[in-house]
Amino acid sequence: MTRARRLRLQVFRVIVLVLGGAFFLVPIGAMFEFSTRGNRVGAPRTLEAWTTIVTYPDLLGAIRDSLGLATITSVGMLVLLLPTMIWVRLRLPRLKRSIEFLCLLPLTIPAIVLVVGLSPVYRWMAINLVDTIFLLSFAYVILVLPFAYRALDAGLSAIDVKTLSEAARSLGAGWGTVMFRVIAPNMSSALLNACLLSVALVLGEFTFANLLSYLNLQVEIFQLGLANAGTSIAVSVASLMFAFILLVILSFFGRPRRRVAPERTGLAYPSAAAGPK
Amino acid sequence: MIAAGNPDVKTARRPREGGRRFPLHWIGALPFLIYVALFLLLPTAIVVVGAFAGKAGPSLSNITDLNQGFLLNAFFSSLLISTASAVVGAVAGALLAYAVATGNPRGVLRRVVSSACGVLAQFGGVTLAFAFIATIGSVGFIRLWLQERGIDIFANGVWLTELPGLVLVYTYFQIPLMVLVFLPALDGIRPQWREATESLGGGTWHYWRYVAGPLLAPAFLGATLLLFANAFSAYATAAALISQGNPIVPIAISNFLTSETGRNNPGLAQALALGMVVIVAIVMALYALLQRRTSRWLR
Repeated sequence: MTRARRLRLQVFRVIVLVLGGAFFLVPIGAMFEFSTRGNRVGAPRTLEAWTTIVTYPDLLGAIRDSLGLATITSVGMLVLLLPTMIWVRLRLPRLKRSIEFLCLLPLTIPAIVLVVGLSPVYRWMAINLVDTIFLLSFAYVILVLPFAYRALDAGLSAIDVKTLSEAARSLGAGWGTVMFRVIAPNMSSALLNACLLSVALVLGEFTFANLLSYLNLQVEIFQLGLANAGTSIAVSVASLMFAFILLVILSFFGRPRRRVAPERTGLAYPSAAAGPK
Repeated sequence: MIAAGNPDVKTARRPREGGRRFPLHWIGALPFLIYVALFLLLPTAIVVVGAFAGKAGPSLSNITDLNQGFLLNAFFSSLLISTASAVVGAVAGALLAYAVATGNPRGVLRRVVSSACGVLAQFGGVTLAFAFIATIGSVGFIRLWLQERGIDIFANGVWLTELPGLVLVYTYFQIPLMVLVFLPALDGIRPQWREATESLGGGTWHYWRYVAGPLLAPAFLGATLLLFANAFSAYATAAALISQGNPIVPIAISNFLTSETGRNNPGLAQALALGMVVIVAIVMALYALLQRRTSRWLR
Protein backbone atom coordinates (compact mmCIF):
# COMPACT_ATOMS: atom_id res chain seq x y z
CA MET A 1 0.00 0.00 0.00
CA THR A 2 1.44 3.33 -0.95
CA ARG A 3 1.91 6.04 1.62
CA ALA A 4 -0.62 8.40 -0.02
CA ARG A 5 -3.25 5.71 -0.12
CA ARG A 6 -2.70 4.75 3.49
CA LEU A 7 -3.11 8.39 4.50
CA ARG A 8 -6.29 8.76 2.48
CA LEU A 9 -7.67 5.60 4.05
CA GLN A 10 -6.88 6.86 7.54
CA VAL A 11 -8.57 10.19 6.89
CA PHE A 12 -11.63 8.38 5.53
CA ARG A 13 -11.78 6.10 8.55
CA VAL A 14 -11.51 8.91 11.08
CA ILE A 15 -14.21 10.97 9.37
CA VAL A 16 -16.64 8.05 9.08
CA LEU A 17 -16.08 6.86 12.64
CA VAL A 18 -16.46 10.33 14.14
CA LEU A 19 -19.65 11.03 12.19
CA GLY A 20 -21.03 7.61 13.05
CA GLY A 21 -20.14 8.03 16.71
CA ALA A 22 -21.84 11.42 16.82
CA PHE A 23 -24.99 10.13 15.12
CA PHE A 24 -25.36 7.30 17.60
CA LEU A 25 -24.27 9.03 20.80
CA VAL A 26 -26.02 12.39 20.48
CA PRO A 27 -29.62 11.11 20.78
CA ILE A 28 -28.71 9.10 23.88
CA GLY A 29 -26.95 12.09 25.39
CA ALA A 30 -29.92 14.26 24.50
CA MET A 31 -32.19 11.96 26.50
CA PHE A 32 -30.00 12.45 29.57
CA GLU A 33 -30.00 16.18 28.95
CA PHE A 34 -33.76 16.27 28.56
CA SER A 35 -34.41 14.22 31.68
CA THR A 36 -32.36 16.58 33.87
CA ARG A 37 -33.94 19.82 32.68
CA GLY A 38 -35.55 22.20 35.11
CA ASN A 39 -39.12 23.33 34.76
CA ARG A 40 -38.47 26.82 33.42
CA VAL A 41 -36.17 28.18 30.81
CA GLY A 42 -32.84 28.83 32.48
CA ALA A 43 -33.72 26.77 35.55
CA PRO A 44 -30.78 24.84 36.99
CA ARG A 45 -30.32 21.15 36.27
CA THR A 46 -32.43 18.93 38.44
CA LEU A 47 -32.99 15.25 39.00
CA GLU A 48 -36.67 15.87 39.64
CA ALA A 49 -37.79 13.82 36.65
CA TRP A 50 -35.83 10.88 38.02
CA THR A 51 -37.03 11.19 41.59
CA THR A 52 -40.68 11.43 40.55
CA ILE A 53 -40.48 7.97 38.98
CA VAL A 54 -41.37 6.45 42.33
CA THR A 55 -44.47 8.65 42.65
CA TYR A 56 -46.22 6.91 39.76
CA PRO A 57 -47.73 3.70 41.09
CA ASP A 58 -48.90 2.69 37.60
CA LEU A 59 -45.36 2.97 36.37
CA LEU A 60 -43.95 0.89 39.21
CA GLY A 61 -46.65 -1.69 38.57
CA ALA A 62 -45.72 -1.79 34.90
CA ILE A 63 -42.05 -2.23 35.76
CA ARG A 64 -42.97 -5.11 38.05
CA ASP A 65 -45.20 -6.68 35.40
CA SER A 66 -42.55 -6.37 32.71
CA LEU A 67 -39.94 -7.98 34.93
CA GLY A 68 -42.41 -10.75 35.68
CA LEU A 69 -43.10 -11.21 31.99
CA ALA A 70 -39.36 -11.35 31.29
CA THR A 71 -38.87 -14.05 33.91
CA ILE A 72 -41.83 -16.15 32.80
CA THR A 73 -40.82 -15.84 29.16
CA SER A 74 -37.22 -16.89 29.83
CA VAL A 75 -38.26 -19.88 31.90
CA GLY A 76 -40.98 -20.86 29.43
CA MET A 77 -38.60 -20.57 26.53
CA LEU A 78 -36.01 -22.78 28.22
CA VAL A 79 -38.51 -25.39 29.32
CA LEU A 80 -40.05 -25.56 25.86
CA LEU A 81 -36.99 -25.27 23.68
CA LEU A 82 -34.04 -26.89 25.44
CA PRO A 83 -35.44 -30.41 25.96
CA THR A 84 -36.86 -30.35 22.44
CA MET A 85 -33.55 -29.32 20.88
CA ILE A 86 -31.58 -31.91 22.82
CA TRP A 87 -34.14 -34.59 22.04
CA VAL A 88 -34.15 -33.73 18.36
CA ARG A 89 -30.37 -33.80 18.23
CA LEU A 90 -30.20 -37.21 19.88
CA ARG A 91 -33.22 -39.09 18.70
CA LEU A 92 -34.96 -37.24 15.88
CA PRO A 93 -32.26 -35.75 13.65
CA ARG A 94 -34.72 -35.89 10.78
CA LEU A 95 -36.75 -33.16 12.44
CA LYS A 96 -33.85 -30.76 12.92
CA ARG A 97 -34.50 -28.83 9.74
CA SER A 98 -38.20 -28.41 10.45
CA ILE A 99 -37.61 -27.30 14.03
CA GLU A 100 -35.06 -24.76 12.88
CA PHE A 101 -37.44 -23.47 10.24
CA LEU A 102 -40.25 -23.10 12.77
CA CYS A 103 -37.97 -21.32 15.23
CA LEU A 104 -36.73 -18.80 12.68
CA LEU A 105 -40.18 -18.23 11.20
CA PRO A 106 -41.12 -15.38 13.60
CA LEU A 107 -38.33 -13.31 12.05
CA THR A 108 -40.06 -13.21 8.70
CA ILE A 109 -43.58 -12.66 10.00
CA PRO A 110 -43.89 -9.03 11.13
CA ALA A 111 -44.94 -8.70 14.77
CA ILE A 112 -47.99 -6.66 13.80
CA VAL A 113 -49.19 -9.54 11.60
CA LEU A 114 -48.84 -11.98 14.48
CA VAL A 115 -50.84 -9.61 16.64
CA VAL A 116 -53.65 -9.57 14.08
CA GLY A 117 -53.74 -13.36 14.12
CA LEU A 118 -53.33 -13.64 17.87
CA SER A 119 -56.00 -11.14 18.87
CA PRO A 120 -58.90 -13.63 18.50
CA VAL A 121 -56.82 -16.22 20.38
CA TYR A 122 -56.19 -13.75 23.18
CA ARG A 123 -59.82 -12.69 23.28
CA TRP A 124 -60.75 -16.34 23.69
CA MET A 125 -58.16 -16.87 26.44
CA ALA A 126 -59.19 -13.72 28.30
CA ILE A 127 -62.83 -14.83 28.31
CA ASN A 128 -62.43 -18.56 28.93
CA LEU A 129 -59.26 -18.77 31.02
CA VAL A 130 -57.95 -15.81 32.99
CA ASP A 131 -57.42 -12.24 31.89
CA THR A 132 -53.99 -11.25 33.09
CA ILE A 133 -51.06 -9.44 31.55
CA PHE A 134 -48.95 -12.54 32.05
CA LEU A 135 -50.83 -14.18 29.19
CA LEU A 136 -48.54 -12.11 27.00
CA SER A 137 -45.76 -14.54 27.85
CA PHE A 138 -47.30 -17.07 25.46
CA ALA A 139 -46.73 -14.71 22.57
CA TYR A 140 -43.35 -13.52 23.86
CA VAL A 141 -42.00 -17.05 23.87
CA ILE A 142 -42.74 -17.15 20.15
CA LEU A 143 -41.14 -13.73 19.73
CA VAL A 144 -37.86 -14.76 21.38
CA LEU A 145 -37.76 -18.16 19.68
CA PRO A 146 -35.35 -17.22 16.86
CA PHE A 147 -32.82 -15.59 19.18
CA ALA A 148 -33.04 -18.29 21.80
CA TYR A 149 -32.74 -20.97 19.13
CA ARG A 150 -29.59 -19.40 17.72
CA ALA A 151 -28.00 -19.07 21.14
CA LEU A 152 -28.90 -22.58 22.27
CA ASP A 153 -27.95 -24.13 18.95
CA ALA A 154 -24.51 -22.53 19.17
CA GLY A 155 -24.13 -23.88 22.69
CA LEU A 156 -25.22 -27.39 21.72
CA SER A 157 -22.92 -27.42 18.71
CA ALA A 158 -19.96 -26.59 20.92
CA ILE A 159 -20.33 -29.68 23.08
CA ASP A 160 -20.52 -33.31 22.15
CA VAL A 161 -24.13 -33.96 23.10
CA LYS A 162 -24.20 -37.51 21.84
CA THR A 163 -21.18 -38.75 23.76
CA LEU A 164 -22.24 -36.95 26.93
CA SER A 165 -25.70 -38.41 26.84
CA GLU A 166 -24.53 -41.91 25.93
CA ALA A 167 -22.02 -41.82 28.75
CA ALA A 168 -24.68 -40.67 31.19
CA ARG A 169 -27.24 -43.17 29.93
CA SER A 170 -24.79 -46.05 30.14
CA LEU A 171 -24.20 -45.11 33.77
CA GLY A 172 -27.92 -45.41 34.38
CA ALA A 173 -29.08 -41.83 34.13
CA GLY A 174 -32.63 -41.13 33.02
CA TRP A 175 -33.45 -38.59 30.35
CA GLY A 176 -34.19 -35.91 32.93
CA THR A 177 -30.77 -36.33 34.49
CA VAL A 178 -29.14 -36.26 31.06
CA MET A 179 -30.78 -33.00 30.14
CA PHE A 180 -30.67 -31.05 33.37
CA ARG A 181 -27.63 -32.42 35.15
CA VAL A 182 -25.33 -33.40 32.29
CA ILE A 183 -25.99 -31.31 29.20
CA ALA A 184 -27.38 -28.06 30.61
CA PRO A 185 -24.43 -27.38 32.97
CA ASN A 186 -22.08 -27.84 30.03
CA MET A 187 -23.67 -25.03 28.08
CA SER A 188 -24.26 -22.48 30.80
CA SER A 189 -23.04 -19.52 28.76
CA ALA A 190 -25.42 -20.39 25.94
CA LEU A 191 -28.28 -20.63 28.44
CA LEU A 192 -27.32 -17.25 29.85
CA ASN A 193 -27.16 -15.79 26.34
CA ALA A 194 -30.62 -17.08 25.50
CA CYS A 195 -32.07 -15.73 28.75
CA LEU A 196 -30.48 -12.29 28.50
CA LEU A 197 -31.65 -11.87 24.92
CA SER A 198 -35.16 -12.87 25.98
CA VAL A 199 -35.16 -10.44 28.89
CA ALA A 200 -33.89 -7.56 26.74
CA LEU A 201 -36.51 -8.28 24.11
CA VAL A 202 -39.41 -8.56 26.54
CA LEU A 203 -38.49 -5.37 28.41
CA GLY A 204 -38.52 -3.46 25.13
CA GLU A 205 -41.70 -4.97 23.74
CA PHE A 206 -44.45 -2.56 22.79
CA THR A 207 -46.39 -3.89 19.79
CA PHE A 208 -48.10 -6.90 21.36
CA ALA A 209 -48.89 -5.26 24.67
CA ASN A 210 -50.23 -2.08 23.11
CA LEU A 211 -52.49 -3.77 20.58
CA LEU A 212 -53.73 -6.49 22.92
CA SER A 213 -54.46 -3.72 25.47
CA TYR A 214 -52.11 -4.71 28.26
CA LEU A 215 -50.04 -2.14 30.14
CA ASN A 216 -46.45 -3.29 30.13
CA LEU A 217 -43.45 -1.06 30.74
CA GLN A 218 -43.17 0.37 27.23
CA VAL A 219 -46.88 1.08 26.90
CA GLU A 220 -46.84 2.83 30.28
CA ILE A 221 -43.80 4.89 29.27
CA PHE A 222 -45.57 5.86 26.09
CA GLN A 223 -48.72 6.95 27.90
CA LEU A 224 -46.75 8.76 30.58
CA GLY A 225 -44.94 10.59 27.80
CA LEU A 226 -48.20 12.32 26.90
CA ALA A 227 -48.48 13.71 30.46
CA ASN A 228 -44.97 14.11 31.82
CA ALA A 229 -42.27 14.02 29.14
CA GLY A 230 -39.37 14.42 31.57
CA THR A 231 -40.21 11.45 33.74
CA SER A 232 -41.12 9.21 30.83
CA ILE A 233 -37.80 9.99 29.19
CA ALA A 234 -36.01 9.35 32.49
CA VAL A 235 -37.65 5.91 32.66
CA SER A 236 -36.73 5.33 29.03
CA VAL A 237 -33.12 6.10 29.79
CA ALA A 238 -33.20 3.80 32.80
CA SER A 239 -34.74 0.92 30.86
CA LEU A 240 -32.33 1.53 28.02
CA MET A 241 -29.36 1.44 30.38
CA PHE A 242 -30.67 -1.77 31.87
CA ALA A 243 -30.96 -3.37 28.43
CA PHE A 244 -27.52 -2.06 27.46
CA ILE A 245 -25.99 -3.55 30.57
CA LEU A 246 -27.64 -6.90 29.86
CA LEU A 247 -26.42 -6.91 26.28
CA VAL A 248 -22.92 -5.79 27.22
CA ILE A 249 -22.73 -8.60 29.75
CA LEU A 250 -23.83 -10.84 26.94
CA SER A 251 -21.14 -9.62 24.57
CA PHE A 252 -18.50 -10.14 27.26
CA PHE A 253 -19.61 -13.64 28.07
CA GLY A 254 -18.60 -13.94 24.52
CA ARG A 255 -19.91 -15.71 21.58
CA PRO A 256 -20.08 -19.32 22.67
CA ARG A 257 -17.22 -21.44 21.43
CA ARG A 258 -18.04 -22.53 17.95
CA ARG A 259 -16.77 -25.75 16.62
CA VAL A 260 -19.15 -26.19 13.79
CA ALA A 261 -19.01 -23.98 10.71
CA PRO A 262 -21.39 -21.01 10.66
CA GLU A 263 -24.93 -21.91 9.86
CA ARG A 264 -25.96 -22.58 6.32
CA THR A 265 -29.66 -22.12 6.68
CA GLY A 266 -31.76 -20.69 3.94
CA LEU A 267 -32.89 -18.06 6.39
CA ALA A 268 -29.55 -16.56 7.29
CA TYR A 269 -31.17 -13.73 9.18
CA PRO A 270 -28.86 -12.10 11.69
CA SER A 271 -29.95 -12.40 15.28
CA ALA A 272 -29.95 -8.69 15.84
CA ALA A 273 -32.45 -7.93 13.13
CA ALA A 274 -35.72 -8.00 14.96
CA GLY A 275 -35.61 -5.89 18.04
CA PRO A 276 -38.67 -4.29 19.56
CA LYS A 277 -39.25 -1.91 16.71
CA MET B 1 -13.50 -56.54 29.80
CA ILE B 2 -14.06 -60.27 30.07
CA ALA B 3 -17.24 -59.88 28.11
CA ALA B 4 -15.51 -58.41 25.09
CA GLY B 5 -15.38 -61.56 23.07
CA ASN B 6 -18.46 -63.16 24.52
CA PRO B 7 -21.14 -63.65 21.84
CA ASP B 8 -23.90 -63.38 24.43
CA VAL B 9 -23.12 -59.76 25.02
CA LYS B 10 -23.37 -58.92 21.35
CA THR B 11 -26.78 -60.40 21.02
CA ALA B 12 -28.03 -58.93 24.28
CA ARG B 13 -31.44 -57.36 23.90
CA ARG B 14 -31.68 -53.68 23.41
CA PRO B 15 -33.33 -51.68 26.15
CA ARG B 16 -37.08 -52.03 26.11
CA GLU B 17 -37.88 -48.71 24.56
CA GLY B 18 -35.94 -49.80 21.50
CA GLY B 19 -38.64 -52.29 20.66
CA ARG B 20 -41.35 -49.67 20.24
CA ARG B 21 -39.37 -46.81 18.87
CA PHE B 22 -41.93 -44.91 16.92
CA PRO B 23 -44.33 -43.44 19.50
CA LEU B 24 -41.79 -42.57 22.20
CA HIS B 25 -39.61 -40.71 19.77
CA TRP B 26 -42.21 -38.40 18.46
CA ILE B 27 -43.77 -37.67 21.81
CA GLY B 28 -40.54 -35.89 22.75
CA ALA B 29 -41.07 -33.21 20.14
CA LEU B 30 -44.82 -32.94 20.62
CA PRO B 31 -45.02 -30.21 23.29
CA PHE B 32 -42.93 -27.87 21.18
CA LEU B 33 -44.84 -28.63 18.00
CA ILE B 34 -48.20 -28.13 19.70
CA TYR B 35 -47.07 -24.84 21.20
CA VAL B 36 -45.78 -23.52 17.89
CA ALA B 37 -48.94 -24.69 16.16
CA LEU B 38 -51.10 -22.84 18.66
CA PHE B 39 -49.22 -19.56 18.91
CA LEU B 40 -47.47 -19.23 15.58
CA LEU B 41 -49.16 -21.31 12.91
CA LEU B 42 -52.72 -20.79 14.12
CA PRO B 43 -52.43 -16.96 14.13
CA THR B 44 -50.89 -17.05 10.68
CA ALA B 45 -53.72 -19.26 9.48
CA ILE B 46 -56.25 -16.92 11.07
CA VAL B 47 -54.78 -14.01 9.11
CA VAL B 48 -54.78 -15.88 5.81
CA VAL B 49 -58.23 -17.39 6.23
CA GLY B 50 -59.68 -14.18 7.64
CA ALA B 51 -58.42 -12.19 4.70
CA PHE B 52 -60.46 -14.39 2.38
CA ALA B 53 -63.55 -14.64 4.55
CA GLY B 54 -66.69 -12.59 4.10
CA LYS B 55 -69.87 -12.21 6.15
CA ALA B 56 -71.06 -15.55 4.83
CA GLY B 57 -68.43 -17.96 3.64
CA PRO B 58 -65.34 -17.32 1.56
CA SER B 59 -65.20 -14.07 -0.33
CA LEU B 60 -62.74 -11.65 -1.83
CA SER B 61 -64.45 -8.61 -0.31
CA ASN B 62 -61.65 -7.90 2.17
CA ILE B 63 -59.04 -8.05 -0.55
CA THR B 64 -61.01 -5.82 -2.88
CA ASP B 65 -61.58 -3.40 0.00
CA LEU B 66 -57.85 -2.80 0.01
CA ASN B 67 -58.39 -0.83 -3.17
CA GLN B 68 -59.15 2.41 -1.32
CA GLY B 69 -57.20 5.60 -1.64
CA PHE B 70 -55.95 5.86 1.92
CA LEU B 71 -54.96 2.21 2.14
CA LEU B 72 -53.06 2.28 -1.13
CA ASN B 73 -51.47 5.43 0.19
CA ALA B 74 -50.44 3.61 3.36
CA PHE B 75 -48.79 0.88 1.30
CA PHE B 76 -47.07 3.51 -0.81
CA SER B 77 -45.81 5.36 2.29
CA SER B 78 -44.59 2.12 3.82
CA LEU B 79 -42.72 1.10 0.69
CA LEU B 80 -41.29 4.59 0.38
CA ILE B 81 -39.91 4.92 3.91
CA SER B 82 -38.69 1.32 3.91
CA THR B 83 -36.83 1.85 0.64
CA ALA B 84 -35.42 5.22 1.70
CA SER B 85 -34.27 4.05 5.11
CA ALA B 86 -32.88 0.83 3.62
CA VAL B 87 -30.85 2.66 0.99
CA VAL B 88 -29.57 5.33 3.38
CA GLY B 89 -28.85 2.73 6.05
CA ALA B 90 -27.11 0.43 3.57
CA VAL B 91 -24.82 3.12 2.17
CA ALA B 92 -23.92 4.63 5.54
CA GLY B 93 -23.61 1.21 7.15
CA ALA B 94 -21.36 -0.05 4.36
CA LEU B 95 -19.05 2.96 4.78
CA LEU B 96 -18.92 2.41 8.54
CA ALA B 97 -18.31 -1.30 8.04
CA TYR B 98 -15.48 -0.53 5.63
CA ALA B 99 -13.91 1.88 8.11
CA VAL B 100 -14.01 -0.89 10.72
CA ALA B 101 -12.94 -3.71 8.41
CA THR B 102 -9.79 -1.86 7.33
CA GLY B 103 -8.63 -1.67 10.95
CA ASN B 104 -7.05 -4.31 13.14
CA PRO B 105 -9.35 -7.36 13.01
CA ARG B 106 -8.66 -8.09 16.69
CA GLY B 107 -8.49 -4.48 17.82
CA VAL B 108 -10.52 -2.69 20.43
CA LEU B 109 -12.29 -0.54 17.84
CA ARG B 110 -13.71 -3.51 16.04
CA ARG B 111 -14.86 -5.17 19.25
CA VAL B 112 -16.50 -2.02 20.50
CA VAL B 113 -18.20 -1.25 17.19
CA SER B 114 -19.57 -4.73 16.70
CA SER B 115 -20.86 -4.92 20.27
CA ALA B 116 -22.41 -1.47 19.97
CA CYS B 117 -24.02 -2.40 16.66
CA GLY B 118 -25.43 -5.56 18.20
CA VAL B 119 -27.07 -3.44 20.86
CA LEU B 120 -28.18 -0.56 18.65
CA ALA B 121 -29.70 -2.78 15.97
CA GLN B 122 -32.05 -4.02 18.70
CA PHE B 123 -32.89 -0.51 19.74
CA GLY B 124 -36.30 0.68 18.68
CA GLY B 125 -39.79 1.46 19.73
CA VAL B 126 -40.88 4.07 22.22
CA THR B 127 -37.41 4.67 23.61
CA LEU B 128 -35.93 5.40 20.21
CA ALA B 129 -38.77 7.75 19.33
CA PHE B 130 -38.26 9.60 22.63
CA ALA B 131 -34.52 9.81 22.01
CA PHE B 132 -35.11 11.65 18.78
CA ILE B 133 -37.83 13.83 20.27
CA ALA B 134 -35.31 14.83 22.95
CA THR B 135 -32.73 15.51 20.26
CA ILE B 136 -34.48 17.30 17.44
CA GLY B 137 -38.06 17.53 18.67
CA SER B 138 -39.54 20.98 18.98
CA VAL B 139 -37.79 21.48 22.35
CA GLY B 140 -34.97 19.09 21.57
CA PHE B 141 -31.37 19.72 22.46
CA ILE B 142 -30.00 20.08 18.92
CA ARG B 143 -33.04 22.01 17.73
CA LEU B 144 -32.67 24.64 20.48
CA TRP B 145 -28.93 24.82 19.97
CA LEU B 146 -29.39 25.47 16.26
CA GLN B 147 -32.20 27.91 16.93
CA GLU B 148 -29.93 30.05 19.08
CA ARG B 149 -27.70 30.27 16.04
CA GLY B 150 -30.55 31.30 13.79
CA ILE B 151 -31.17 27.98 12.08
CA ASP B 152 -34.70 26.64 12.25
CA ILE B 153 -34.80 23.02 11.13
CA PHE B 154 -38.59 23.07 11.35
CA ALA B 155 -39.09 26.17 9.23
CA ASN B 156 -41.32 24.13 6.92
CA GLY B 157 -43.21 22.33 9.66
CA VAL B 158 -42.26 19.67 12.21
CA TRP B 159 -41.11 16.96 9.82
CA LEU B 160 -39.91 14.75 12.66
CA THR B 161 -43.40 13.34 13.13
CA GLU B 162 -43.92 12.95 9.39
CA LEU B 163 -42.47 10.43 6.97
CA PRO B 164 -39.04 12.10 6.60
CA GLY B 165 -38.63 12.00 10.38
CA LEU B 166 -39.47 8.31 10.35
CA VAL B 167 -36.76 7.67 7.77
CA LEU B 168 -34.22 9.48 9.95
CA VAL B 169 -35.23 7.58 13.07
CA TYR B 170 -35.23 4.24 11.25
CA THR B 171 -31.66 4.77 10.04
CA TYR B 172 -30.69 4.66 13.71
CA PHE B 173 -31.29 0.91 13.79
CA GLN B 174 -30.72 0.27 10.08
CA ILE B 175 -27.08 1.40 10.02
CA PRO B 176 -25.97 -0.93 12.86
CA LEU B 177 -27.83 -3.82 11.25
CA MET B 178 -26.05 -3.11 7.97
CA VAL B 179 -22.68 -3.11 9.75
CA LEU B 180 -23.47 -6.47 11.32
CA VAL B 181 -24.57 -8.01 8.04
CA PHE B 182 -21.99 -6.46 5.76
CA LEU B 183 -18.86 -6.82 7.89
CA PRO B 184 -18.50 -10.55 7.19
CA ALA B 185 -18.76 -9.87 3.45
CA LEU B 186 -15.99 -7.25 3.68
CA ASP B 187 -13.85 -9.69 5.63
CA GLY B 188 -14.17 -12.08 2.71
CA ILE B 189 -12.28 -9.64 0.47
CA ARG B 190 -8.68 -10.79 0.17
CA PRO B 191 -5.78 -8.35 -0.05
CA GLN B 192 -4.32 -10.54 -2.79
CA TRP B 193 -7.10 -9.44 -5.12
CA ARG B 194 -6.01 -5.84 -4.76
CA GLU B 195 -2.40 -6.81 -5.29
CA ALA B 196 -3.37 -8.78 -8.38
CA THR B 197 -5.21 -5.73 -9.73
CA GLU B 198 -2.20 -3.55 -9.12
CA SER B 199 0.25 -5.98 -10.68
CA LEU B 200 -1.94 -5.91 -13.76
CA GLY B 201 -1.67 -2.12 -13.81
CA GLY B 202 -5.04 -1.25 -12.34
CA GLY B 203 -5.62 1.60 -9.92
CA THR B 204 -8.12 2.17 -7.12
CA TRP B 205 -10.94 2.89 -9.53
CA HIS B 206 -10.32 -0.28 -11.54
CA TYR B 207 -10.19 -2.31 -8.36
CA TRP B 208 -13.54 -1.09 -7.11
CA ARG B 209 -15.20 -1.08 -10.51
CA TYR B 210 -14.08 -4.48 -11.78
CA VAL B 211 -13.05 -6.53 -8.74
CA ALA B 212 -14.38 -5.58 -5.32
CA GLY B 213 -17.56 -3.91 -6.59
CA PRO B 214 -18.96 -6.87 -8.51
CA LEU B 215 -17.94 -9.24 -5.71
CA LEU B 216 -19.63 -7.20 -3.02
CA ALA B 217 -22.69 -6.24 -5.04
CA PRO B 218 -24.80 -9.32 -4.24
CA ALA B 219 -23.96 -9.03 -0.53
CA PHE B 220 -24.78 -5.33 -0.57
CA LEU B 221 -28.08 -5.82 -2.37
CA GLY B 222 -29.00 -8.71 -0.12
CA ALA B 223 -28.30 -6.66 2.98
CA THR B 224 -30.36 -3.79 1.56
CA LEU B 225 -33.30 -6.14 1.10
CA LEU B 226 -32.91 -7.31 4.67
CA LEU B 227 -32.97 -3.71 5.85
CA PHE B 228 -36.05 -3.11 3.75
CA ALA B 229 -37.90 -6.00 5.38
CA ASN B 230 -36.71 -4.78 8.77
CA ALA B 231 -38.14 -1.30 8.25
CA PHE B 232 -41.28 -2.57 6.58
CA SER B 233 -42.18 -4.72 9.59
CA ALA B 234 -41.47 -2.05 12.19
CA TYR B 235 -44.47 -0.77 14.12
CA ALA B 236 -43.59 0.47 17.61
CA THR B 237 -41.28 3.31 16.58
CA ALA B 238 -43.81 4.66 14.12
CA ALA B 239 -46.66 4.30 16.60
CA ALA B 240 -44.78 6.34 19.19
CA LEU B 241 -43.53 8.99 16.80
CA ILE B 242 -45.79 9.65 13.87
CA SER B 243 -48.77 11.96 13.82
CA GLN B 244 -52.08 10.46 12.85
CA GLY B 245 -52.24 12.19 9.49
CA ASN B 246 -50.46 9.86 7.13
CA PRO B 247 -50.23 6.35 8.47
CA ILE B 248 -48.09 3.52 7.20
CA VAL B 249 -49.46 -0.01 6.85
CA PRO B 250 -48.73 -1.22 10.42
CA ILE B 251 -50.47 1.85 11.83
CA ALA B 252 -53.42 1.35 9.51
CA ILE B 253 -53.64 -2.24 10.73
CA SER B 254 -53.60 -1.17 14.36
CA ASN B 255 -56.37 1.36 13.66
CA PHE B 256 -58.58 -1.39 12.26
CA LEU B 257 -57.67 -3.74 15.07
CA THR B 258 -58.42 -1.63 18.11
CA SER B 259 -62.02 -0.76 18.59
CA GLU B 260 -61.45 2.61 20.25
CA THR B 261 -61.19 4.37 16.91
CA GLY B 262 -64.69 3.20 16.07
CA ARG B 263 -63.53 1.76 12.77
CA ASN B 264 -62.99 -1.73 14.08
CA ASN B 265 -62.67 -4.00 11.05
CA PRO B 266 -60.76 -7.22 11.72
CA GLY B 267 -61.32 -8.51 8.20
CA LEU B 268 -59.62 -5.53 6.66
CA ALA B 269 -56.81 -5.72 9.23
CA GLN B 270 -56.27 -9.33 8.21
CA ALA B 271 -56.21 -8.44 4.53
CA LEU B 272 -53.63 -5.71 5.19
CA ALA B 273 -51.59 -8.12 7.29
CA LEU B 274 -51.69 -10.64 4.46
CA GLY B 275 -50.42 -7.93 2.13
CA MET B 276 -47.50 -7.30 4.46
CA VAL B 277 -46.69 -11.00 4.69
CA VAL B 278 -46.69 -11.33 0.91
CA ILE B 279 -44.34 -8.37 0.46
CA VAL B 280 -41.95 -9.50 3.21
CA ALA B 281 -41.99 -13.05 1.83
CA ILE B 282 -41.04 -11.84 -1.65
CA VAL B 283 -38.24 -9.69 -0.26
CA MET B 284 -36.90 -12.49 1.92
CA ALA B 285 -36.99 -14.97 -0.97
CA LEU B 286 -34.90 -12.56 -3.05
CA TYR B 287 -32.60 -12.15 -0.07
CA ALA B 288 -32.07 -15.90 0.22
CA LEU B 289 -31.33 -16.04 -3.50
CA LEU B 290 -28.71 -13.30 -3.27
CA GLN B 291 -27.28 -14.91 -0.15
CA ARG B 292 -26.58 -18.05 -2.14
CA ARG B 293 -24.88 -16.03 -4.82
CA THR B 294 -22.77 -14.15 -2.30
CA SER B 295 -21.44 -17.31 -0.74
CA ARG B 296 -19.94 -18.38 -4.06
CA TRP B 297 -17.00 -16.02 -3.67
CA LEU B 298 -17.05 -14.45 -0.25
CA ARG B 299 -16.80 -17.17 2.29
